[in-house]
Amino acid sequence: MLELSNVSKLFYPGTPDEKIALFGINLKLNPGDFITVIGSNGAGKSTLMNVISGVMTPDTGHVKINNSAITHLQEHQRSRWIGRVFQDPMAGTAPHMTIEENLAMAYSRDKSRGLAFGVTARRRKLFYEQLGRLNLGLEKRIRAKVGQLSGGERQALSLLMATFTKPQILLLDEHTAALDPSRAELITRLTESIVREMKLTTLMVTHNMEQAIRLGNRLIMMDKGRIILDVNEERKKDLTVAQLLGEFEQISGHKMTDDRVVFG
Amino acid sequence: MLDSMYGAVELGLLYSLMALGVFITFRILDFPDLTVDGSFATGGAVAAVLLSNGYSMWIAMIAAFLAGTVAGACTGLLHTKGKINGLLSGILMMIALHSINLRIMGKPNTSLLDIEPMFSSISPIWVKLIVMAVCILVIKFLLDAFLRTDMGLALRATGDNPRMIRSFGANTDNTKMLGISLSNGLVALSGGLIAQQSSYADISMGIGMIVIGLASVIIGEAIFGARTVFWATLAAVLGSIVYRIVVALALRVEWLEASDLKLITALIVIVALVLPSARRAMKQKSMAKKRSAQLTAEASKTPTPTGGAR
Repeated sequence: MLELSNVSKLFYPGTPDEKIALFGINLKLNPGDFITVIGSNGAGKSTLMNVISGVMTPDTGHVKINNSAITHLQEHQRSRWIGRVFQDPMAGTAPHMTIEENLAMAYSRDKSRGLAFGVTARRRKLFYEQLGRLNLGLEKRIRAKVGQLSGGERQALSLLMATFTKPQILLLDEHTAALDPSRAELITRLTESIVREMKLTTLMVTHNMEQAIRLGNRLIMMDKGRIILDVNEERKKDLTVAQLLGEFEQISGHKMTDDRVVFG
Repeated sequence: MLDSMYGAVELGLLYSLMALGVFITFRILDFPDLTVDGSFATGGAVAAVLLSNGYSMWIAMIAAFLAGTVAGACTGLLHTKGKINGLLSGILMMIALHSINLRIMGKPNTSLLDIEPMFSSISPIWVKLIVMAVCILVIKFLLDAFLRTDMGLALRATGDNPRMIRSFGANTDNTKMLGISLSNGLVALSGGLIAQQSSYADISMGIGMIVIGLASVIIGEAIFGARTVFWATLAAVLGSIVYRIVVALALRVEWLEASDLKLITALIVIVALVLPSARRAMKQKSMAKKRSAQLTAEASKTPTPTGGAR
């Protein structure tokens, strides 16, 4: 499905601030995989997401989707295969446009944008049904501007928009981190059910250790731009947060530091 | 008095396409495009040259529109592919257009005295104004419709949240160029209309257009609101008419001179830009005060269940 081979990325190369963001990353996602990614500050989690989605181009190595190389495709060229939800609830939607207009843009993800109306009666019916799945009553506010929604509602909408066209890969970049605990729980539940129903191949960065263990069928841990631990489904079942932290310290030689990390 | 009002409305309608153009860049794309000063004159120059060479009114207007789209595309290219700052790309293009406009006309101004302006045969004058208004509204509705298409939605999202629309597969470089082209097309069409109506085109006819366009958009929004695309474009058209009426009235004030017009326009824009943000800040402050007073009152009524440690 998604394959990264020997991917490296440097920031500020050749300057005193040079930083290894990713180093020799090899990662292969099988269809239907739901991988959670954890790691300390500056481990390269976000860079990994940016390299996959095309926001950044790797210095070396290749990114492939379905065995076709997409390393040098720009973000908008590969986004027909990749759905993404950002950490910032403001990032995934257009605030001055209505809910139905936002959904229409998500609907056109894998189509060429022409001069047909974005919101038609047929599409509106589809949007209405899809919004109903969120159980937030958003379908009744389909003509409201997205800027009037709360952070949690916007993130739920972003999630729906990102998965609308059943992308090959779903990237979730700490998408519950900016929400309060109850809303975060809601979005996590929605994520689980949508990913399961649509059988999406998913890569989820999280700072919540408990969530990382509970969700998905595989867990990878990153440190200093490398993948230092790859836990399969079997082992993940009995894993505890304490064990995970222990493993991290043993392999990396330092304590897990993340100002936002939640141990569960 | 009534005559000057009719004249003001007529001018307002002709300039309203320029206001719509400025609305597209300034409000939708959030891109302050200074090409306008140049492309307005480009439209006038192209129309004047074609009309004085015997081409029909329609061909002259369509050519003016197309010339504007080309100028806009150049600004868009400078900004997106050349990675030049948006303001600077517009200024560069504006300066370049000054020379290009001189080349198009071959001289600093072209007289069109023997060309009959559009709709000039229609009388009385209010019928003529209605016909003109209908034509302008047709263009406004076409623009509204375009902004609701898949392409139009991507264009609007480019100004609203470029990161989001890129993640949904739109090339924001292209949508920006499309928007800037369309905008300058409308501006140049407006320049062509003004040239045929006033029977001459002048190399300096575009000076200050961007500020007049901004003033129209802002006045329109302040009076008529801009909740939806339909209202926002209507507000730009009506704002342009209101602006011309205000100007006509200002010119009747004895101690004001015609040359003070640009200063007045600049003042209108400054006030319109400063006032809303100052008002918002004040509102927010008083709201915060009110809410914290409320919360304090509630807290004092119900003692906190967990008495804090002393």
